[in-house]
Amino acid sequence: MSDVVLETRGLVKHFKARKGAVRAVDGVDLQLRRGETLGIVGESGCGKSTLAKLLVGLEKPTQGEIRVRGEDLTRLGGAALRRSRRNIQMVLQDPYTSLNPRMTVGDIIGEPYDIHRDAVPQYGKARAVQELLDIVGLNPDHINRYPHQFSGGQRQRIGIARALALRPEIIVCDEPVSALDVSIQAQVINLLEGLQRELGLAYVFIAHDLSVVRHISDRVAVMYLGKIVETGNHAAIYEQPTHPYTQALLSAVPVPDPRLRGRRDHIMLEGDVPSPADPPSGCRFRTRCWKAQPGCADHEPLLEIRQRSSHPSACHYAEVRHVMRRF
Amino acid sequence: MNEITAHVDALPGLDPRAPLLHVEDLHVEFRTRDGVARAVNGVNLWLNPGETLAVLGESGCGKSVTAQAIMGILDTPPGHVTGGRVLYRGVDLLRLPESERRKVRANRIAMIFQDALSALNPVYTVGFQLAELFRVHRGTSRREAKRRAIELLDQVRIPDARRRVDDYPHEFSGGMRQRVMIAMALALDPEVLIADEPTTALDVTVQAQIMSLLADLQRERNMGLMLITHDMGVVADVADRIAVMYAGKVVEEAPVYDIYAHPAHAYTKALLESIPRLDHKGQALNVIRGLPPALTDIPTGCAFHPRCAYAREICRLEPPPAYQIAPHRVTSCHFVREVLGV
Repeated sequence: MSDVVLETRGLVKHFKARKGAVRAVDGVDLQLRRGETLGIVGESGCGKSTLAKLLVGLEKPTQGEIRVRGEDLTRLGGAALRRSRRNIQMVLQDPYTSLNPRMTVGDIIGEPYDIHRDAVPQYGKARAVQELLDIVGLNPDHINRYPHQFSGGQRQRIGIARALALRPEIIVCDEPVSALDVSIQAQVINLLEGLQRELGLAYVFIAHDLSVVRHISDRVAVMYLGKIVETGNHAAIYEQPTHPYTQALLSAVPVPDPRLRGRRDHIMLEGDVPSPADPPSGCRFRTRCWKAQPGCADHEPLLEIRQRSSHPSACHYAEVRHVMRRF
Repeated sequence: MNEITAHVDALPGLDPRAPLLHVEDLHVEFRTRDGVARAVNGVNLWLNPGETLAVLGESGCGKSVTAQAIMGILDTPPGHVTGGRVLYRGVDLLRLPESERRKVRANRIAMIFQDALSALNPVYTVGFQLAELFRVHRGTSRREAKRRAIELLDQVRIPDARRRVDDYPHEFSGGMRQRVMIAMALALDPEVLIADEPTTALDVTVQAQIMSLLADLQRERNMGLMLITHDMGVVADVADRIAVMYAGKVVEEAPVYDIYAHPAHAYTKALLESIPRLDHKGQALNVIRGLPPALTDIPTGCAFHPRCAYAREICRLEPPPAYQIAPHRVTSCHFVREVLGV
């Protein structure tokens, strides 16, 4: 398939710990096509941020491949790696700490051009930066201002402009709106959607907010303890979830409609997520799963299409349960 | 018995038949280098036993400052209560001497916070911190205090409470720490619990556990719960009534069903239209243009007017009065009819 812009195969990242290793990402296969948004959801510690860092090369994988337009980044080096990386950029969560307070907005957005000198447009860096400011809805005359002179939402726009500077095809967004107020979130989400339409960008959109992910994603992958447990298009995941964890996650999200109170299918999970340093054997979700059988401890369920799941689901007992009842 | 252990009923002017909690025209200012920040500008709220009132708003709307003023834990200076009353069973807490006020805190009105890790003392075991409440406020013996600490941990459903009582805060997960804080808040059987973003830092599955625990405990104790939050989803699940705050004022107050079905203030309506929803995949989100105002420079008239789609000349000139549009429904919007579409 030629329109796949990003693909990972067997991606693994283990961090050395005092004893053994923290298995943050433990075998992730994903594909991203041109112009689409892949949402990645999961709770703290599921490995979604480590995955983001691996994709943009901020962490080196322990194992596996990251292919951008078919080229395996993990095997490239030097100029070839640098050129390939241009194609995949990142927007970070916290617009307060991800911008250097001592650099002007112009220097922040223009910095990618200092590293990738041959990517500077012919009309010069300054104009390129002003154009980027305009694209993300900021005043191009503010090029010499500092981050503290902007609000949180505006700072996130600066982060987006920086990610756009090298004209990437892919942007990895790690919780891009979770630090923002509700009324500002919508502005940034709409901006990301507009840019995608205009520039044909593909997004890996990582977030813990399932409502935001549903809004923006074409396809969704649900992560639990370093693995993808279920993946499919947004309707499959939200309306026909087959993995018990996805079902529990969806049922726990509050919906802003009091009429649904007491009428929703609430699945209350017991306990906390186990430590990724010592994940359960077999199926990692089995310690909190109400469907678990003794066999779940021995046989790890693969992420595949199953008899009762039209999309890939990593559960031996995958079966649709409607947790999102609608009016 | 020391001063604090004296029973609370000794509060002068306490009237058991008076409303549980009634905040009247509360004003709070922060005197900063950039001028006076008017964080709370005439807030009116009331709370009944067994009821959940959600105070909803974005950062800087004054919701947390209101809670701090009620609790008497405002950072002073720079914060100053400059007007209004906070009536607990008829007693104006703002006029009580600090020694009397300490008897109210934890005993009658307790509070939990967003960040349990920084609200708990890292160098004492959770058991010690819980037991301390009984020892200081009730003069209980160490042994008895510890027994009650274990009982409380059990009530907030911390597994294996007898063993966990000797653990330190860092040995608990985020959700379990929040349970410990709830246990501390409920230790002395308060009538009012103020919860300031109690689940904002937690994952959704843990959030669901904590909200359900709070609801159960509230029911068992017939406690009034003031839930301060920005999350319109959580509010829809648990609140009886909602007060929406903007720029230091309650702009709309209504029972929960009404406010989601028929918001009566332009801000509430715009806020509801701007959130992505889990239960359907919508079109482009409705955007509220601009930014919340700086509290040192609150717009004239209706503070929301520069961002409002309904705004006309009058909104800039005159602060909207509080219109009573139904029993228990109050809104401060000049164009309430247009917003409601009637």
